[in-house]
Amino acid sequence: MTAHSVIEAEGPPAPPDLRKAPLPDIVTLRGLAKSYRGGSNVLDGVDMRIAECERVALIGANGSGKSTLLKLLIGLIAASDGSITTLGETFQRAPSAAQRKRLCRQIGFVFQNHGLVARISAHSNVVQGMLGLPGGWRAVSQAIAPPDWRVRALSALQEVGLADKASARADQLSGGQAQRVAIARALVRRPRLLIADEPAASLDPAAGHDVMRVFSERARDHGISLLYTTHDMEHALAYSDRVVALRQGRVVLDEASGALDVLQLEKVFHG
Amino acid sequence: MAEPAVPARFARLSPAQFALVVGFAAVVVVSIGDVAPSLDRLANGLPRMADLVGRMMPPNSDPAFLSRMAWRIVETFQIALVGTVIGVALSLPFAWLSARGVSPIGPFGYGFKALVSLFRTIPDLVWALLFVSAVGLGAVAGTMTIIVDTIGFCARFFAEAMEDSDPGPRESLSAIGADSFSILCGAIVPDIMPSMINTALFALEKALRSSVVLGLVGAGGIGQELKVAFDLFQYRNASAIILAIFVIVLAMEYVTDRLRAKVQ
Repeated sequence: MTAHSVIEAEGPPAPPDLRKAPLPDIVTLRGLAKSYRGGSNVLDGVDMRIAECERVALIGANGSGKSTLLKLLIGLIAASDGSITTLGETFQRAPSAAQRKRLCRQIGFVFQNHGLVARISAHSNVVQGMLGLPGGWRAVSQAIAPPDWRVRALSALQEVGLADKASARADQLSGGQAQRVAIARALVRRPRLLIADEPAASLDPAAGHDVMRVFSERARDHGISLLYTTHDMEHALAYSDRVVALRQGRVVLDEASGALDVLQLEKVFHG
Repeated sequence: MAEPAVPARFARLSPAQFALVVGFAAVVVVSIGDVAPSLDRLANGLPRMADLVGRMMPPNSDPAFLSRMAWRIVETFQIALVGTVIGVALSLPFAWLSARGVSPIGPFGYGFKALVSLFRTIPDLVWALLFVSAVGLGAVAGTMTIIVDTIGFCARFFAEAMEDSDPGPRESLSAIGADSFSILCGAIVPDIMPSMINTALFALEKALRSSVVLGLVGAGGIGQELKVAFDLFQYRNASAIILAIFVIVLAMEYVTDRLRAKVQ
């Protein structure tokens, strides 16, 4: 079975038409607060929602609570107050082990510094995106992965335009290529929610736009909800449906990106 | 404006540092008096050494002896190779369980760290004596000694490499729910593979040198032949064995150096 035949056989899910009817929320945060021992509130009563298939950019100055919010909504750290509902799992402080397991299976993650394993191939890195799924231990290497996972990984690489680099070692890729492999690794598990923490921060402007475009288009094509943080106002406006801004742990702006411009967003940083 | 002062040539010692330096020097001087070779002992020993070397020449090249020695060399290799392979394989779980920040058993990992230290701090000849007592004379005791010695050496370096491995891939796999064994196999081991191969090659070199002397306490290998040669005053046999040991250790170092260069 070739990568092409898999795409033809399964095909990407048709993107829902957002104009028809409001889609259900995939993430709902109510009064979310987080404070560290002896420190001030990093998040202070955040209310926020993300609808299914929606792409949301989260902006704010350093220390405004963006990364903390990402970690909280999938239960990587425990909240101090409020409630979180992510992908149908509701929890107050932190999810139970079973909830966390179910959450992990439906989420894809892209980090600022791609987090690829340097000495293995791009293909093997993408196969590793299946870890955490049932039977996922076989995804530690493409050499022992089931044949259909290997083909799926190649399809994912094809989607980010890097099928020809499948055998290249991750440490031989450019920064932009490595980040696209990281996107393929997140896509291969067919997540319902894709989370990215400043995915283009370490890239030059051209590579940054390239990565954000691939990222945003693939999420839209597959009907995946997308939440990403960024310090680049152009990225926030161009690749999202909605922008949420945090300042000192509170939501100070929550608007459709079409109704905003760069100057309005910059006010978030300058008070 | 005042003239800037020229910095002192040497840092000034505090009274405590001065006392430490004097105390250390005193211990060295006393120890030299107790255990270092004196000039008259060296003068007396050198002619005897020359006489011994004379009796060792030429090394025995009798085909029957060389064939017996060749089999002992093969056995020495086998002890080193099997002991290293099993030791390296067992070092991985020991390293994983004891590596700080990586171990799936958290603070209980200190127990494994202590066990690895125990393996390392007891000299190989002492382990060999213990195993000879336990399983009898021969190569099996030697192999068991090399296994324990290799775990003590490799598990420590593997654990350090794991602790220093790139946290990025570990975090990204952990975030999608990968279990710690998958993170070990998928992210940590590929990352530290060159360092592990290097350490394993050093362990093989070390094992070969060890397996040569293990025979002195009855744990098999060429060392056993060397002991017999000295016990029976067969100095020409002894020189042939020493020459063979020199060649095989040198050959092993050459091969492992080449392999290490390839891995780099």
